[in-house]
Amino acid sequence: MIHLINWRLFWIESLNGIMLASLYFTVASGFTLIFGLMRVVNMAHGSLYLLGAYVGYEAQLATGSWVAALLAGAAAAAALGAVLQMAFFSWMQGQDLRQALVAIGISIVLADLMLWQWGGTTYQLTLPDSLNGFVPLLVVRRYSMARLLLVAVAVCVGVALWLLLTRTRLGILIRAGVDDRRMVEALGVNVPLVFLVVFAIGGALAGFAGVIGGSVLSVSPGEDARYLLSSLIVVIVGGMGSIPGAALGALLVGMAETYGLAYAPTYGVAFTFLIMVAVLAIRPRGLMGRRA
Amino acid sequence: MTARPIFIAGGILLLLVYPFLLNDFWVLQVGGRTLGFGTIALSLVFLSAYVGMLSLAQMTVAGIAGYAMAYFTAPMGGVGLLLPWPVAVVIALCLAVLAGLVVGAIAVRTEGIYTLMITLAIAVGFYYLTLQNYSMFNGFTGFTRIPPPHVLGIDMAQPKPFFYVSLVAAALCYALVRWVVRTPFGLALQAARDNGRRLRALGYPLALPRIAAFGLAGFIAGVGGILNVWLNGSISPGSIAITPTLDVLMASVLGGMLGPEGAFLGAFLFTVVQSFAIYLVPPERFNTVIGVIFVAVVVFSPDGVLGIGRSALHRIAPGRQPLSGHRDVTTRGTEAPTSLPATRPTFEADGQSTGENHHAQ
Repeated sequence: MIHLINWRLFWIESLNGIMLASLYFTVASGFTLIFGLMRVVNMAHGSLYLLGAYVGYEAQLATGSWVAALLAGAAAAAALGAVLQMAFFSWMQGQDLRQALVAIGISIVLADLMLWQWGGTTYQLTLPDSLNGFVPLLVVRRYSMARLLLVAVAVCVGVALWLLLTRTRLGILIRAGVDDRRMVEALGVNVPLVFLVVFAIGGALAGFAGVIGGSVLSVSPGEDARYLLSSLIVVIVGGMGSIPGAALGALLVGMAETYGLAYAPTYGVAFTFLIMVAVLAIRPRGLMGRRA
Repeated sequence: MTARPIFIAGGILLLLVYPFLLNDFWVLQVGGRTLGFGTIALSLVFLSAYVGMLSLAQMTVAGIAGYAMAYFTAPMGGVGLLLPWPVAVVIALCLAVLAGLVVGAIAVRTEGIYTLMITLAIAVGFYYLTLQNYSMFNGFTGFTRIPPPHVLGIDMAQPKPFFYVSLVAAALCYALVRWVVRTPFGLALQAARDNGRRLRALGYPLALPRIAAFGLAGFIAGVGGILNVWLNGSISPGSIAITPTLDVLMASVLGGMLGPEGAFLGAFLFTVVQSFAIYLVPPERFNTVIGVIFVAVVVFSPDGVLGIGRSALHRIAPGRQPLSGHRDVTTRGTEAPTSLPATRPTFEADGQSTGENHHAQ
């Protein structure tokens, strides 16, 4: 009987790990997309997540609709991402460390301004009733539908990005820009505009993840640092600029974190870092990272 | 001759009489804080200017030394072990060097932006570890009431003695950096920074000197960490969280990462802004002020105040160019377009990385 209960716990924790990995993937996919095309390490990515969550919360207060919250959060973060690219990153193209430093400064200012606006309270968005139930499952008996929704969202985001990158003109331009930016410019493509669009997409993904994370978990100051860190580790492990790499990295990091917290609470975070160090020792560019 | 030695002598004299010119707040909270914090920033500037690796894990290494001091001189709630303070200092510095070597070993195969990301990840990871762990770090509380020692009957907690202790420690670290960069080891580091491939082709190892440099930077950060812990009298996860980690970076960039003076200049400016921002904005908005200043510096003068000051100084008192090349880490692109890591976001699992890594050992 005892070991049955333990198995149930194990599967619940596994599902929680997949849930967390899904959230991490949704956040990190935008981060890695921006890096892949522009070599910009957007250290303000966590701020975009947080802004999306807060704006989504406000939108839900105003309209009462969760879908409106999703759209508003994604739109706000997309707009901020585009503004950052236009105001700062665009004219520093190629100076990657300088861009990262500027982004760090901006993230500090944004975190402080958001603290000013929304205070230190923890907010939670309300999910629609249709998502508030539980799904009956084997072994674990039942699991929160909202958390399963997160997994579905991550799969959809992955598929959508894949379709975007492989089946659309924009995706072709993005991939061409990654491979040979100068050649694409020489062919008369408006590369700055493509960059702007990619930054908006990356921001939208972060804001979208923020609203979902703020509904399934919660949102409070400091979350920006947490999701920036998880994005960093996910792409360091998975390989910068690679979407499948982000999926793989997110799974590894999410699982390590969840099992770590469940089975070794005081050293939980160490597992994540052991994974990162082990990957770096074998493949300095990450599991899916590649060189030209 | 030139006016340069007069400038230097004047500066030293000013530092020596500083505690007698101003009140205790300026001596301890501005002077003492600048020297301790500046020593931590010095370790970052050393790595950035001479090794070409921007490490954000320096506050972490300083925190390890600080935690070790707390653990061995101010046990709390059954956590810790009381030792004589000189022993604790030696242990703390050894642990800081060890931590520096570990960070170096993890980061050595990376370059540029990757170094920044990995060291930031290490820093935040260590913060979470101290927050979760009670057996060594005493969790959220950390350690309080950590006494600076009494030496020869003088209480080091008093402003003037503490200032001079900090001054001597900081000056020794500064001299150490100045000396090391002129040794063959330091020259090899700068050569590796400027052209790693060429150095490797000449048969020099790249990784070992770099890891050693991280160890040296760990020692310097450890000295700063001990001074910090004595000044604050406490250490907790909050002292090594993401904000203090980035504070070290901001101070370094503010001063200018051209040379070791920039670290102390930046720490001084940072501390002054921190102390006097309350007269301009509500105290809790300090981060906005310093963040805006930092962004402005990176945008308009990537070499910080030192970059502005140095060009002015050279006009007044032309002297010998410093040995370090004027290579600013923030405006430097990658070595060559061909060395850009090109990773394509595609979904085919083709083309596994077979190209050799030119930063591998």
